[in-house]
Amino acid sequence: MANVFPADFAALEPYADWALQGERARYAKRVASSMEELQAFYDVAFPLLDKGTEYLEKVTLDGIGDEDKHLLWAFCSLVTVAFPVEAWGQPRVPDSGPSSIDAVVEPVV
Amino acid sequence: MAHFPKPSEGSWTEHFKIDTEPVSYADSISPEHYELERDAIFRRTWLNVGRVEQLPRKGSYFTKELDAARASVIVVRGTDGEVRAFHNVCRHRGNKLVWDDFPREETKGNCRAFTCKYHAWRYDLEGKLTFVQQESEFFDLDKSRYGLLPVHAEVWEGFIFVNLDPDNTTSLKDYLGRFGQGIEGYPFHKLTQVHKYRAEIGSNWKLFIDAFAEFYHAPILHSGQYVADEAAKIKKYGYEALSYDIDGPHSMVSSWGGIAPPKARAMVKPIERALRSGLFGPWEEPDIGLTTEQLPPAINPTRSKVWGMDSFVFFPNFMLLVWRPNWVLTYHYWPTSHHTHIFEGTAYFVPPQNAFQRLQQELAVVSFKEYGLQDGNTLEATQTMLESRTLDEFPLCDQEVLLRHLHTTARKFVDSYAKQPSTAS
Repeated sequence: MANVFPADFAALEPYADWALQGERARYAKRVASSMEELQAFYDVAFPLLDKGTEYLEKVTLDGIGDEDKHLLWAFCSLVTVAFPVEAWGQPRVPDSGPSSIDAVVEPVV
Repeated sequence: MAHFPKPSEGSWTEHFKIDTEPVSYADSISPEHYELERDAIFRRTWLNVGRVEQLPRKGSYFTKELDAARASVIVVRGTDGEVRAFHNVCRHRGNKLVWDDFPREETKGNCRAFTCKYHAWRYDLEGKLTFVQQESEFFDLDKSRYGLLPVHAEVWEGFIFVNLDPDNTTSLKDYLGRFGQGIEGYPFHKLTQVHKYRAEIGSNWKLFIDAFAEFYHAPILHSGQYVADEAAKIKKYGYEALSYDIDGPHSMVSSWGGIAPPKARAMVKPIERALRSGLFGPWEEPDIGLTTEQLPPAINPTRSKVWGMDSFVFFPNFMLLVWRPNWVLTYHYWPTSHHTHIFEGTAYFVPPQNAFQRLQQELAVVSFKEYGLQDGNTLEATQTMLESRTLDEFPLCDQEVLLRHLHTTARKFVDSYAKQPSTAS
């Protein structure tokens, strides 16, 4: 079976379900996940992002390949997941109750 | 603990000659007052409904629901390239002309003519009625009398505004005044990477402007967004603006730089360190053809070296934020009742050149959303307690001068409208 991500990022393969297109889908998965699940993804993805800067700077968005696209989506998920892990200690924003803000226009990729 | 100088009067509020007494929020909880605002404000002032990039080609159009003004408008680029606006109403039986599955939802697209779903009456892109189904069944129908009703539309720096008042004689340029003129030349057209967010908020529209027209709340409500040591430091420091300014109904606050980039990396969360980005945007600014020092004069008006962002409040409901790292955020607050409104937040960046820059922008907009969720929910708590009428006056500080100006201005529009003979009956 083909890799979801580029070879340098093979450690992310067990977390391929985080390679989601669109902020709405990524945020929905975040609030439907437990802190343990968010932490597990973060612990694998964050060091890869930290080390992967040079790689990402070489990935141009015009004509981006599928593997790189999946990687970008997974790291976009990491951005969303970083808030519960680094700031909130819970999947939802504290005191945000029933309120919601939805992405209605997003760049393609 | 003054960090930045104030006017010689000792305060911004006294400088602008705005009352310093506690304020009433009756204007934000009264259904009757809201009904007056709809006619006095939203049917009379210039309203920003979008940008020219949303109309890339001849025949490109979008609709905008203006519930507060009891209107829906079609904004379209004609065959001559001009941007026009029309009331979204078919002249035959009053059906909404352009909509998709859900009549209350906005839509967009590209077409050569607008055709009514009901009986196929058709209008060209300039609003002229061009086809009537079974025209011979009508009674000497003069099609030239039944074009779409036009709405004043003008463009400023790529931002499309409409004015629903058929008697309006103030040009958009004059309406936007000194701030509009002083921003001209900012290369908005280079910032075409767009992220847009939308929220339904359970508060009066003015209360959300209040929340975003002052940063006095930021060290407190948003303290969880900082690392612990930094949160404590920021709380102790408090918040002061570099300067405030008022021009007619409009206002602005110019702010210092905050965290972009931070003086010490330990001040920010790990994701911000890794991506060199955060709420203030990516730390390395893209080239927009102008240096910070060369920005138009209304931006960073004090020419402060520690400047970080300006927030312009164009009355009634359009806010424009220009950030030092060369990106822009706009806020719109569209009232739907006296205690509800739709909030839109739109971020504009220079298109990213690679995946890393795309991630930097993602962190900026996601940070904005996380902050916005905290603000939006707090507003519902404020609205319900204001409506309880437990208290009827509230002290505002000098860092909240723009709030006083907004509520004072909105009340003046309503008072002046109520005094007009034609509306007094």
